[in-house]
Amino acid sequence: MTEPLLRPRRKDPLRKTREPLLPQGLRSRTAHGLTAAAAEGRFMLQVCTDCGFTLYPPRDACPSCLSDRVPFHDVAPGGMVLAETTIRTSTDPYFRERTPWRIGTVTLDCGPSFVAHLHGDAAEGSRVVMTLRLDKSGNAVAIAMPDKPTSHQEDDVQLRELTCDPKFRRVLITDGRNATGQAMARAMAAAQASIIFVGIADPWKPFPGETDLRAIPCVEIVPLDITDTRSVADVAGEIAHRVDILVNTSEHHRAGGIMNRHGLTIAREEMDIRYFGLLRLAQHFGPTMRARGADGVNAAAAFVNLLSVHALMNWPEFGAFSAAEAACLSASQALRAELRGGGVKVLNMFAGPLDTEWFQSVPPPKLSPAALAKATVDALRMGIEDSYVGDIAQDIRARLDVQPKALERELGG
Amino acid sequence: MTSALTAFAAALATGTIRVIDLTHTLTPEFPTIVMPPELGQCAPFRMEEVSRYDERGPAWYWNNFSMGEHTGTHFDAPIHWVTGKELPDNAVDTIPPAHFLAPACVIDCSAESAADADFVLTIPFVEAWEAKHGRIPPQSWVLLRTDWHKRPPKAYVNLLDDGPHSPGPAPAVVKWLVEQRDVHGFGTETIGTDAGQAAHFNPPYPAHHYMHGRGRYGLQCLTNLDLLPPTGALILAAPLKIRQGSGSPLRVLALVEINP
Repeated sequence: MTEPLLRPRRKDPLRKTREPLLPQGLRSRTAHGLTAAAAEGRFMLQVCTDCGFTLYPPRDACPSCLSDRVPFHDVAPGGMVLAETTIRTSTDPYFRERTPWRIGTVTLDCGPSFVAHLHGDAAEGSRVVMTLRLDKSGNAVAIAMPDKPTSHQEDDVQLRELTCDPKFRRVLITDGRNATGQAMARAMAAAQASIIFVGIADPWKPFPGETDLRAIPCVEIVPLDITDTRSVADVAGEIAHRVDILVNTSEHHRAGGIMNRHGLTIAREEMDIRYFGLLRLAQHFGPTMRARGADGVNAAAAFVNLLSVHALMNWPEFGAFSAAEAACLSASQALRAELRGGGVKVLNMFAGPLDTEWFQSVPPPKLSPAALAKATVDALRMGIEDSYVGDIAQDIRARLDVQPKALERELGG
Repeated sequence: MTSALTAFAAALATGTIRVIDLTHTLTPEFPTIVMPPELGQCAPFRMEEVSRYDERGPAWYWNNFSMGEHTGTHFDAPIHWVTGKELPDNAVDTIPPAHFLAPACVIDCSAESAADADFVLTIPFVEAWEAKHGRIPPQSWVLLRTDWHKRPPKAYVNLLDDGPHSPGPAPAVVKWLVEQRDVHGFGTETIGTDAGQAAHFNPPYPAHHYMHGRGRYGLQCLTNLDLLPPTGALILAAPLKIRQGSGSPLRVLALVEINP
């Protein structure tokens, strides 16, 4: 079992904040196949199309038959720890301040051997499940997990370096007026977040669920309006140094196309709330979060965007909305590169239509806000970058892989 | 002989005429009127810094701002309402500039409004006011003093589970003010010239319907009406000259003579 994480003491405000360092970050282009798998929480290795050999580490040709047809596939992650080593010192600045650090040799049932990070409960001679995770530099690394869940396994110090678990972290939910923001607050409370700041714009305007929201443990309401630069700056000035996970729940779901809509007023609102809102949050919270990427147990860990899966392919019925979501997706990629210096991850949650009043006339399947919130917590615990939640999002993800043009044509009705 | 304007300037200089600001400061927090969310919305006030003595402009500070025509303390032109859409000179750029200066009658309903957020101004109420202060002269603003401007934002908009609740005029009194008193326009401290529940009146939104239908004007989100005398104040309310604008945020000033 893992020693349960202790709630961190309040930080001495006079203490120097540890500067974030990154582990070595160079990978070959082929090796980024592992990054792609880790970003979605999948375990994929190259499998030779011609002879079936499973490759690790990544190569451009099959070492068994020299074929260059070696695409990545999901493979069985089971294996065994052959040997373990505890590293007690290192010349690498990142690992130097994180020793002791356990690594081991693991052979997988599907063939290859790994030198991998070891979870504390993955002992020499034991069965393990190999996983690919994104480290602080945004590259895939392998960590062997115990093959059956152990108590408090998520608290393992080496694993926690690779994840963004909300436990004992402080979360900012940018908009608590909508069902998603409220479900997110409940999910974060259940995940033992220590403080849940919830932004409320226009506090003079009542909203459904207000009483229940205020009753959630650890919720602190902050007067945040992400369409108002001054408001974002003011709130960031007060709490940015205490935000470890930022979840942007601001939304503006409106039907209507590009030509099939009257005027630009709603499109401007979409861009202001979604795209410019993201920029305001990034500019005012991002720099402080990046500087706090190694600030102890509750270091800044993740900036979470809730995106429509139609950021990836336009849904003309919600055409202008889809375009605004695509702008947010593009911005999130730049933000990911900018936050990487602090080891802070950008998590994009892709969802189809939600089961809310704005998708009232859209037929099921629709995603409940509670399911989206739970999936967000799960994704943070895994430390992934891209999550496709629910049937619609997963379907679109799969169809994009196969034939994007067909998807475009079919979404066009 | 002293010209009227010279005398006026002297009175301003000596403080015999006081200038009272009836305008709220434009801030992002100030409430804008709430419409059903599927309809078009009036944009609240927003400001983005262009530069502040920094790399974006080393020696100067300035901002870009954005808002709707009906944000903050603002003026309603007749073209704002469907009843006034065909009138001549009905937009803020074509209204004769002389119309931007007019005297005001201030009807104090503050006690009634404090007792009942849905207080409705009626003809008998105005007649009782006239019995004390004299008949409303033609081409006067009628300003409804409710002390609503003193309320914090939540109580100001006063959204309950059946919508907003704030005082305003009954349909009959608006029609009467236009037809029998030939007023210049109607002004309020509340978020609109009509009562919060005026969607249920017949016709709905009577201050808009009758005033704009007859080429009269509206002022709303006024402040400091409690500093004005019942009669005798001169109102300067000149909206921005926006081509075909339906209204505009503006600075509203009242000139009040001390001990006339």
